[in-house]
Amino acid sequence: MLTFTIRRLLLAIPTLLFISLVIFLLLELAPGDPMSQVPLTVPPEVKQKMREALGADQPMFFRYMLWLKQFFIIEPLHILGAITGIDLAGDAQRIISWQSRSPVADIIAQRIPQTLTVIGAAYVIGVLIALPIGIYSAYRQYSWFDQLGTFISMIGFSVPTFFTGVLLIVIFSVNLGWFPSIYDTTLKVTDWASFLKQVKQMVLPVSVLALYNAAQISRYMRSSMLDNLGQDYVRTARSVGMTERVVVLRDVLRNSMIPVVTVIALGIPTIFGGAIITEQVFKVNGLGQLLISAIHANDLPMVQTLTFIFAILIVLFNLIADVLYGILDPRIRYD
Amino acid sequence: MPDGAMPVLEVRGLKTVFHTRGGSVHAVNDVSFHLMPGELLGVVGESGSGKSVTMMSLIGLLPSPPADVQSGQVLLGGQDLLKATPEELRKVRGARIGFVFQDPMTSLNPVFTVGSQIMAPLRKHMGLSKAQAEARAVELLELVGIPDARRRLKSYPHQFSGGMRQRVMIAIALACDPEVLIADEPTTALDVTIQAQILELVKELRQKLGMAIVWITHDLGVVAEIADRVMVMYGGQVVEQAPVKELFRNPRHPYTRALLKTIPKLGGQRGERLQVIEGQPPILGFPPTACPFRARCAHAFARCEAENPARRPVDGLPLSQGHDVACHWSPEGAEDPSQEAAHA
Repeated sequence: MLTFTIRRLLLAIPTLLFISLVIFLLLELAPGDPMSQVPLTVPPEVKQKMREALGADQPMFFRYMLWLKQFFIIEPLHILGAITGIDLAGDAQRIISWQSRSPVADIIAQRIPQTLTVIGAAYVIGVLIALPIGIYSAYRQYSWFDQLGTFISMIGFSVPTFFTGVLLIVIFSVNLGWFPSIYDTTLKVTDWASFLKQVKQMVLPVSVLALYNAAQISRYMRSSMLDNLGQDYVRTARSVGMTERVVVLRDVLRNSMIPVVTVIALGIPTIFGGAIITEQVFKVNGLGQLLISAIHANDLPMVQTLTFIFAILIVLFNLIADVLYGILDPRIRYD
Repeated sequence: MPDGAMPVLEVRGLKTVFHTRGGSVHAVNDVSFHLMPGELLGVVGESGSGKSVTMMSLIGLLPSPPADVQSGQVLLGGQDLLKATPEELRKVRGARIGFVFQDPMTSLNPVFTVGSQIMAPLRKHMGLSKAQAEARAVELLELVGIPDARRRLKSYPHQFSGGMRQRVMIAIALACDPEVLIADEPTTALDVTIQAQILELVKELRQKLGMAIVWITHDLGVVAEIADRVMVMYGGQVVEQAPVKELFRNPRHPYTRALLKTIPKLGGQRGERLQVIEGQPPILGFPPTACPFRARCAHAFARCEAENPARRPVDGLPLSQGHDVACHWSPEGAEDPSQEAAHA
């Protein structure tokens, strides 16, 4: 298992390099100009100077290599420096956002907490709701509980989040006034009252996303349980006098979790990707919202860096899913 | 059979119906049989004749719904299992009645070690500690002929071959020293040499442990090899029942006779066609009112359509003691005149 993991990690390096090149070329070949938002009154020579100052006039290959060096060497050194307090990177050029002229890493660091609290909480809650629902729906297939669960997950699946989001705002913020419709990122949790406020402002976006996640995962869980409930070993477990509880929650569940854990692990990178639409609806200024605004402003370094971070997370969680698979299923051994 | 001995298992008038969307299926119709201590009863019949469903009905292993065990008695040492609570039934399953299933490739849980699967019933029914259960599990694996037992406890089912897995299944079924072992086509999924090994193993275990065995199979060769008594099932009914030698020497039911003819002979002519029983076994949507075999029977006549034959003794011994058959026809030519007179 260890050699498998190391081999996969090493293999990930060329994969990621290739992905970074593809992202870079895609962005490069896309039409657009970082100066397009600069007012027309600014003379072209000045614009040209600004372009040079950003390094946007350099040849493509040069800029790609520079970005690679910045991403893999200088930025990690900065992060290390920030953690240890020792200045490791010196005054080497960092990846600078063309839009705000400040380091991309700093902006991302500002946005990550919002994304993780809201989207992360929604994912965890979604999974925690989905698993018991999936298990019980499968065990009591075609019962009213199962039918209701199927109906709700159909809604969660098919109704887009911008609709459920607005619907919840209309009901709970506008009409009932229970929860705020806008997520206030400046709120600092210092005491009980501010904590309650934080919880209150999280309720709506978290519910919208949790419904969506739970709908998906509960379906996986249900079908995986159904697959296994009909297996011969379940009959064997019953034939030796195991209680239904043990049969379902030990024998069947352990087998059913194998594919579901993979699905859950593969879903985690999407947390970091942020829920672009939901973040817009509730004005959560997380990573999704950052990516969208950077795309609008032709902020190539920001888009390139964010997209590449998502790519790293996806590759990483693919690996984690594979390793978990090997741990959960004794039939799969990688070495 | 010694007189006065008590059967360890007695089944009377068992009826099981499946309620499906397409209607009811009467899978087991009024099945009665008994099992003496240490006896091996072979249950023969083609697929769909109700052999497995009968045995699974005994200890509530059929999922309900759709299965519904409607009536009958299943007496295990005087206790009626059909009246038992789920909790009481669980105490019987695995402890007093052991089950071995057909397909050893899928009957073991793939994600748990073989050891933990043998130890589970031991810890549950006999209240053994972990160390005691482990010691007993090693003993059991050695008993069923798995070498290097202690190390193999930590193996997973996929690390065993089919024959070895069936040995593990037998070890699990025997873990708590059951009075009855029900083996549901345990050798069907195995190739012939492994089949022979498993048969030898069961013969040997029977001598050592002395439990009674119900052996479900559709292979008459296997029955001839190991059974003391044979019960032939068709259409969810017992159509003939006799000690094994008697059945092979003097088969009475047309179905049994046809089954025996289908066994290919080693000295048969080249190019000779193999014997078959034409047609399909019936799917019973209603409780049978006619003989279920009549459509495929060479000897069927009007009465077979009008009346489902009851089991009647052939050799004068009381029902299910000697040889009995459920058929209106007699091989001696036409119908038995005395029976005809009784009905007139």
